[in-house]
Amino acid sequence: MWHDAVLVAGKDLRVEARSRVALWQVVPFAVLVLLLLSFAIGPSAAPLRHAAPGIFWIAVLFSTVLSIQRSVAIESGEGTRDGLRLSGLDPAGIFLGKAAAVFLQLLALQIVLWAGVTFLFDVRVHQVGLAVAASLLATVGLSCAGVLYGALSAGLRVRDTLLPLLVLPVLAPVLLAGSKAWAAALSTHAGSGAEWLRILIPFAVIYLVIGIVLYGPLQEAA
Amino acid sequence: MAPVVQLRAAVALAGRFPALAGVDLSLESGQVMVIVGANGAGKTSLLRACAGLLPVTAGEATVLGVDLTADHTAVRRHVGLLGHAAPLYDELSAAENVRFAVKALRLPVADADAALERLGLVGRLRSTPTGRLSAGQRRRVALAALVARRPALWLLDEPHAGLDAPSRSLLGDLILEAVTDGASVLLSSHEPQLSVPLADRVVAMGGGRVTGEEVGGRRAVLSAVDPASLGRSHVA
Repeated sequence: MWHDAVLVAGKDLRVEARSRVALWQVVPFAVLVLLLLSFAIGPSAAPLRHAAPGIFWIAVLFSTVLSIQRSVAIESGEGTRDGLRLSGLDPAGIFLGKAAAVFLQLLALQIVLWAGVTFLFDVRVHQVGLAVAASLLATVGLSCAGVLYGALSAGLRVRDTLLPLLVLPVLAPVLLAGSKAWAAALSTHAGSGAEWLRILIPFAVIYLVIGIVLYGPLQEAA
Repeated sequence: MAPVVQLRAAVALAGRFPALAGVDLSLESGQVMVIVGANGAGKTSLLRACAGLLPVTAGEATVLGVDLTADHTAVRRHVGLLGHAAPLYDELSAAENVRFAVKALRLPVADADAALERLGLVGRLRSTPTGRLSAGQRRRVALAALVARRPALWLLDEPHAGLDAPSRSLLGDLILEAVTDGASVLLSSHEPQLSVPLADRVVAMGGGRVTGEEVGGRRAVLSAVDPASLGRSHVA
């Protein structure tokens, strides 16, 4: 399973590096979301700082949908879809590999967005450990749930429009817990915020396990 | 020795439509079987069923000792399917695509390099993203991946389509080499003048069933194939 996961992740990342969809479409889209939401909130510094964690995670969430659509599209050709099924790769390994590739892309995106939030909203992270832990856990959850729902919608003609409808409500707990954890990490007050990690941990674990178990049947159904 | 492919009254559905409507067929080890028939006869469905991509819902179906009615996915890693669409990632080069296929089965990367060379995919062709290659070149890359995987059963769906004359000749050589090495080949074709000379047996299909079979001398087989059923005016 791990060998297959590494192989698939390497393949997906190489495809992304060549196509540069993440670089030229997903990252600009995420920055655009950041800018537009900041315009909507207005020029006052206090509301912007207050909304910064939520804006950050909304940008991540929307970009996750794009990344998942791209991940599904790589295997959407008739030949590649059959090729993957005939490859001899363990479906659980394929799931882990695709989720790992999305995870790494989303982490890179968050570094860019973190810089954007710092620059635009003049905020500083006071609890770096909490922010990093929240980002890592949330991104595992986003990647696993996204790839799972991507497999569910793969093969459908309406998958591009259906995927956001399926996946965004499911990812709402990540938006909530990620925003709250980041709000605590940005705050100068000595609040914990660690309780929000207790939502992100089971979310990540549950979708990781469900993905490992169900990706094969979903791949067949698609 | 048990047949490599053994189908008895095999039924497979494509949606509600019976793509295979009770196929009886047997392929022995080391044989080349050519399947001929008009469009919609069930040739592609037969190959996909044997590859474990199309579930057999009724009848009996055993491929390489795997009962497809019990688990149609177990046979996949042991077969090689060359379908209409090449299973290639456009952004990856020929070498990267073939190596991916080989690594998936944990075979040596040297097998991929040898297959690429055998198919003439060297120099620029080897390193160019497959999305920029012609249809014929992409087909050669897909064939290289199949050769490198060394499957026990080759399933070739219109393998001559898009290939130039030297590549068609090479394909014939590769099939005969594979058979010599103990593999079996199931090949569907609209071009009997190219495929039948390779065949040990020729099976005609129509309406999702086997409608006739010729065994023996290849020239006799060639003359027995009904050109009208193939949608062609002349069979060489």
